Amino acid sequence: MDYIDPHIHMVSRITDDYATLARMGCVAVSEPAFWAGYDRGSVDGFRDYFRQLTEVEPKRAAAYGIQLFCWLCINAKEAEDVSLSRDVLAMIPEFLDHPNVLGIGEIGLNKNTKNESIVFLEHLDLAVRYNQSILIHTPHLEDKFQGTRMILDMLCDDSRIDRSRVLVDHVEEHTIAEVLDRGFWAGMTLYPVSKCTPERAADMIEVYGVERLMANSAGDWGPSKPTAVPDLIFELRRRGHRESLIRKLVYENPIEFFSQSDHFQFAPRDGNHVTI
Amino acid sequence: MHSRTANVVLEESFLSVRAKLLEVGAALDRVDRALETGSPLDEDVSIRRDKIDDAIRLLLSERPDRAECIQLLFSRRYSPGWRVDMAIDS
Repeated sequence: MDYIDPHIHMVSRITDDYATLARMGCVAVSEPAFWAGYDRGSVDGFRDYFRQLTEVEPKRAAAYGIQLFCWLCINAKEAEDVSLSRDVLAMIPEFLDHPNVLGIGEIGLNKNTKNESIVFLEHLDLAVRYNQSILIHTPHLEDKFQGTRMILDMLCDDSRIDRSRVLVDHVEEHTIAEVLDRGFWAGMTLYPVSKCTPERAADMIEVYGVERLMANSAGDWGPSKPTAVPDLIFELRRRGHRESLIRKLVYENPIEFFSQSDHFQFAPRDGNHVTI
Repeated sequence: MHSRTANVVLEESFLSVRAKLLEVGAALDRVDRALETGSPLDEDVSIRRDKIDDAIRLLLSERPDRAECIQLLFSRRYSPGWRVDMAIDS
């Protein structure tokens, strides 16, 4: 089955991973801006990174028949430095016209601090002013519930924001209902240890359905599995779910959400066209 | 959206659940053995140990949302007044 991974950090993966994804049926990925594992020291460090996302990585993906789209921001893990964050925010518009940029992300909170909240709000304002879709990171482990609620508070207080153009990622059992109930898209991240397993994701699908829901690997430089979405496909098939339901989750939903971005010029494989 | 019977679900989950319970039991035994030979748990670590007991009690309940409740048990609290506390303009 053709599928799309809506959240994966391929800059931190080896080229063999592209080959594996292609063999698994991956036809497109979207790559949110990410924390590199260390705090970058200057706005030029981010400019180089954004060039990697918009110029280099799409070519590396294309060699394996995979379309790569991306999102730009300063990740919450680096947002404690508000001054540097503002320099990066001022620079982002230089890249928004690039043909593979889908919007602003992954913005959000990590430790739920005041500075992270300030930078998150300024990202929201940037997204609104430039008519961009938004992809949101929610914190890990004990910070997730509180951070998700804080993020939803800030989103819902801004009447300019179109909720159908916002994807709130890394939802789990205690946050998914609130995200969906408030009209946002929700993403389930499949991780070997610290996030949701394919089995738990399948459970949530059985409880909440697949409307405005996606699944991703968020594969990065840490313990993660870039082929986690096919693992979920396998689990859903094992449980006897319809191919049409699986296809909506891993293919049609990402296309529907991404299509709200002007730059999402997706080319389906022959015979696999999608009507949303 | 559920197409499988409870018998099927339990049969296919049994070995993995058994394995996870064994891991929990072994980890708690390991903690207890370490306590016998060394100093007691620090206060903040002891709070975590108590949460594990609370989570196990949740597992034994018959409520339909055990996974969600365990997530909340291990979560920081949310206060609707966080913006006032942090002096964040909305």
